[in-house]
Amino acid sequence: MQVPAPFDYARARSVDDAIALLEEHGEEARLVAGGHSLLPMMKLGLASPEMLIDINDLTDLTRIWVEGDVLRIGAMVRHADLLASAVVGEQYRMLHEAERVIADPVVRNRGTIGGSLCHADPAEDLSAALGALRAECVVRGSSGERVVPLRELATGPYETVLAAAEILTEVRIPIRPGAGSAYTKVERRAGDWAVASAGAVVWLDGETISEVGIGLAAVGAPHSVAAATEDAIRGRGADDETIDVAGERAAAECRPATDQRGPADYKQALTGELTRRVLRTAIARCRGQEA
Amino acid sequence: MTTTAAREEATVGFGRRIRKEDARFLRGRGLYIDDVKLPGMLHGAVLRSPHAHARIVSIDTSAAEAHPTVKAVITGALLDTLKLAWIPSLSHDVVAVLATDKVRFQGQEVAFVVAEDRYAARDALALIDVDYDVLPAVVDATKALDPDAPVIRDDIDGKSDNHIFDWEAGDAAATDAAFEHADVVVTQDVLYPRVHPAPLETCGAVADMDKVTGKLTIWCNTQAPHAHRTLYAIVAGLPEHKIRVISPDIGGGFGNKVGIYPGYVLAVVGSIVTGKPVKWVEDRAENLMSTSFARDYHMRGEIAATRDGKILGLRVNVLADHGAFNNTAQPTKFPAGFFHVFTGSYDYPVAHCAVKGVYTNKAPGGVAYACSFRVTEAVYLVERIVDCLADELGVDPAELRMKNLLRPEQFPYLSPTGWEYDSGDYPKTLRAAMDLAGYQELRAEQVERRARGELMGIGVSFFTETVGAGPRKHMDILGLGMADGAEVRVHPTGKAVVRLSVQSQGQGHETTFAQIVSEVTGIPSDDIEVVHGDTDNTPFGLGTYGSRSTPVSGAAVAVAARRVVDKAKIIAGAMLEASPDDLEWNRGTFSIKGDPSVAKTIQEVALAAHGSLELPEGVEGHLDAQCVYDPPNLTYPYGAYIAVVDVDAGTGAVKVRRFIAVDDCGTRINPMIVEGQIHGGLADGIGMALMEVIAFDEDGNCLGGSFMDYQLPTALECPSWELGETVTPSPHHPLGAKGVGESATVGSPAAVVNAVMDALKPYHVRHVDMPLTSAQVWRAMHGRPFRTDLAITD
Amino acid sequence: MQVQMTVNEQPVTREIEPRLLLVHFLRDELGLTGTHWGCDTSNCGVCVVSMDGVPVKSCTVLAAMADGRTVRTVEGLERDGELDPVQQGFMNEHGLQCGFCTPGMMITARALLDENPDPTPAEIREAISGQLCRCTGYENIVRAIRWAATHPQPAAAATTEAVPS
Repeated sequence: MQVPAPFDYARARSVDDAIALLEEHGEEARLVAGGHSLLPMMKLGLASPEMLIDINDLTDLTRIWVEGDVLRIGAMVRHADLLASAVVGEQYRMLHEAERVIADPVVRNRGTIGGSLCHADPAEDLSAALGALRAECVVRGSSGERVVPLRELATGPYETVLAAAEILTEVRIPIRPGAGSAYTKVERRAGDWAVASAGAVVWLDGETISEVGIGLAAVGAPHSVAAATEDAIRGRGADDETIDVAGERAAAECRPATDQRGPADYKQALTGELTRRVLRTAIARCRGQEA
Repeated sequence: MTTTAAREEATVGFGRRIRKEDARFLRGRGLYIDDVKLPGMLHGAVLRSPHAHARIVSIDTSAAEAHPTVKAVITGALLDTLKLAWIPSLSHDVVAVLATDKVRFQGQEVAFVVAEDRYAARDALALIDVDYDVLPAVVDATKALDPDAPVIRDDIDGKSDNHIFDWEAGDAAATDAAFEHADVVVTQDVLYPRVHPAPLETCGAVADMDKVTGKLTIWCNTQAPHAHRTLYAIVAGLPEHKIRVISPDIGGGFGNKVGIYPGYVLAVVGSIVTGKPVKWVEDRAENLMSTSFARDYHMRGEIAATRDGKILGLRVNVLADHGAFNNTAQPTKFPAGFFHVFTGSYDYPVAHCAVKGVYTNKAPGGVAYACSFRVTEAVYLVERIVDCLADELGVDPAELRMKNLLRPEQFPYLSPTGWEYDSGDYPKTLRAAMDLAGYQELRAEQVERRARGELMGIGVSFFTETVGAGPRKHMDILGLGMADGAEVRVHPTGKAVVRLSVQSQGQGHETTFAQIVSEVTGIPSDDIEVVHGDTDNTPFGLGTYGSRSTPVSGAAVAVAARRVVDKAKIIAGAMLEASPDDLEWNRGTFSIKGDPSVAKTIQEVALAAHGSLELPEGVEGHLDAQCVYDPPNLTYPYGAYIAVVDVDAGTGAVKVRRFIAVDDCGTRINPMIVEGQIHGGLADGIGMALMEVIAFDEDGNCLGGSFMDYQLPTALECPSWELGETVTPSPHHPLGAKGVGESATVGSPAAVVNAVMDALKPYHVRHVDMPLTSAQVWRAMHGRPFRTDLAITD
Repeated sequence: MQVQMTVNEQPVTREIEPRLLLVHFLRDELGLTGTHWGCDTSNCGVCVVSMDGVPVKSCTVLAAMADGRTVRTVEGLERDGELDPVQQGFMNEHGLQCGFCTPGMMITARALLDENPDPTPAEIREAISGQLCRCTGYENIVRAIRWAATHPQPAAAATTEAVPS
């Protein structure tokens, strides 16, 4: 098996400790949480940090709770725990549907929400789902905390706005009652990255779409959301015609790359198809029609 | 019957029996190659070429040599001085152990380091500096013979192109004549893309040259330990009686672990140079990028028929991509393996095939992944083209097959290309599969679903395998005839040991071969030890691949066991003071005819044979026998498979809803193990049909070099397999058994592909090449499928 | 650096390099070779062990990260010479052939049954979907786990008696 190059290792005892360690060691230090994005890269020689700061002891970041109209998820929550959380499933079914298709059950026992978001792989499903929900990221550094909309977290593939000595501590999702949501993914095989994924959340005001979020993974949609599509259908009737418009706009808004998962024209068409499907399901769930 | 007797009865002979080998595997006590730990053992690692085709300008190993725990660094230049830089391949070509002049595929071996631990060995690779002069690569096999194609094998004197061989079988003139007069001719290009056996355990070896005794011990997860021993002797000039090859437990072989890989030779050289044991175990990238791939046959098939669906002939032209060296493992006289069994399961008088082999800048190999020496390619071709014919004629594909299947009275059947099929009742097996599937109901359901715009498909595949190589006058590997030995020894206290020439990689030989001896001798399975894998204490043979263990070694064991019983009968006669002709044999007991109370068990005979009983003239003591079995023919297991798929019209995603498999492998030694073998092969079919491929980009970069890129099916892609059986024993095999290890891998891809094509009928798609990923299916539905052997570019 | 952990209910302490992967720690340092490795990209799952009660891919965990944790490998499945029902199920239902993926499969099966004692075949398939098998086509693995679900009491030492089919 391939193995990582040598590095130093430290265990953070608290968030502040982690920040201090990052500041002390600078650009050559990386946080390791679940490790299932970073360690494979290190084994393949694609990343070689000189210091790993293990944050798995930061149990104060593993809570999931509702506070007022915010669903708060600690950054160290494992994918498996997000999937198992009844609170999460009650609020936004799409998060469970997304989690179920992220990696595989064993990897989900280790991978964390924070790790996935900060790794910023353009095919990362949770970024798309949370993006659709307009989640916010709480980031802490030595100068304090700031809140970054998830839609502004990633600046490109594997790049975020996080400074070298900052740590994502929490994800906050606004709760508005009456939502219907859905997430779907097409993959070559269970556990693979998406060929394309789409997630939608809607709120209805009568027959009108009062608010909508559409997330797209793996197809080059900026910040993994279809913002122009959202704008195009907000305020429209929740009907077949609107769903078709959404599909067309989403396909136009994404910029998929041709690779071994498929050619760009297929991914584009797929984006449209999946957007239609999740929007249809989200609307039905909003109306209490679909299980 | 007493409880003890009942228990003994239950463990005698054929039948469902749990496996002996499980006891250690379940406890984590298997001994796989990376578990082997010898005192003072060092670790080797191979530096590999990042380029598909490049001249080596220089190699600087000084930094690696300066590493504190590196004990040796070996390059092609050093091997050259030992005349080991190049070794003979399995197909009368040569293979580079370490590149000297050029690298010829991405992943080719360039240097070898030996260090104190595995991490240091990998670190040292990064310290070696190689200067390459990159050359254009030959990636598209269909362009390998273009006049301006770069010449890959300029190491061969006078070589000016990338051509390897031309080979043909059948009667071209008669076939052409049949085509000329046929009502209907269907032509179809069919690619069987490059795939990889990908056993979960990678290839590896621990070489230990003992300078004092002069004995070289090589632990290696090889499927053919004796062949390896002989080849090392021939290639390295080492005396064969001083070489011991030990195959420990093997984590899957599937034809990946047949040949001698450069890493093994390097481990041997490393051990000689350092004076210590050297372990080399490859990582997954190395396994996928450099060890024996499978298939890569570009086939053009043509089928001729009457208007009412009687097949008249079959013609195939094949372009075979062999990679950078011709290193296919198959009998010498058959450069295209057994491909010419492509006439399949059908009755028609003429056929012809021509195969052209070419070099490309890719890893060498081709015969692997349960192919039975290219039978996978042959079956895929004929089963696809028969379906294309059904499509052309507008008839049901099962009906078309039933109309053309060989009839029982035609067996033994001599095919147009010279294969003598031993036995079969094909229509019965197809009917059994159709009944098990509920074929008519499925077709009715399909009509309903189609009316609703849903894409449901039903695919049929009827395969004939040819396995159990083989008669030694026709079949040898590098001159070693494919006859295998077996020894059976009964101990004084009536327990027994059987020593095999074949090597299990999960097929359960420790259980099934004990059952063979048990069936013949009446000794309970539990009292029989199976020894395999160590060339120092097992008889010579060519190993396990091509489903040959049961047909060849199983026969050898059965014959040896029969010889034991024959000898036991004589000794029993002496004990009972009766003529052997007056004795009756009943599963372990000899009794006087007409007086069953006067009897001797074989255990009692064994003790007497080792004792002081006076033996008849010419009869030696002890109770053992051996056999070298030269099979009179191959065996022909066969089967009918039916796949039911649902294709998502919006995404192109294929879901295999059901898979029905009715296999006929003759006598079944252990039905539980037979079914397990079939289950595994069926999963291979789903993998190859829907997701597996090793493609290359135009620079020769391998696009299938990890398990992220080379996709294998999980439990979620596989349905619950539905199995049936028919049993048509082989008339020439001592047990009537035919072997089954590769049948399902051979027959299943066509069933899945046929099902998907059937689903896409409303889109008038006749054929699309594997793997039928959702992207490929969607593109096919829109009239633009893409080549799957090359990088997807648009 | 030093790591301390509990492996199969035994405390262990060792000096290691930080980059040492848990799978190599278990195999090479502790001699527990029942856990295997098979890929470079965390896909195959032959390395699965149980850490703090949940299955993890030990090739993607540093031994350093396991410091202070509890690890269970295939060697720790049996108790006092008695096979775990999962092990017995794999034997009875022919859930293994080459045995290479089997330790990881059984660890995941044990964890699944501890949380969901009566899983459906679909739930079983999903639970093992992160682990590959090349030999069995998964059918008998599912049957083996179902057997363990329906026979939750540990058996006496395994025999090779014929099992009624």
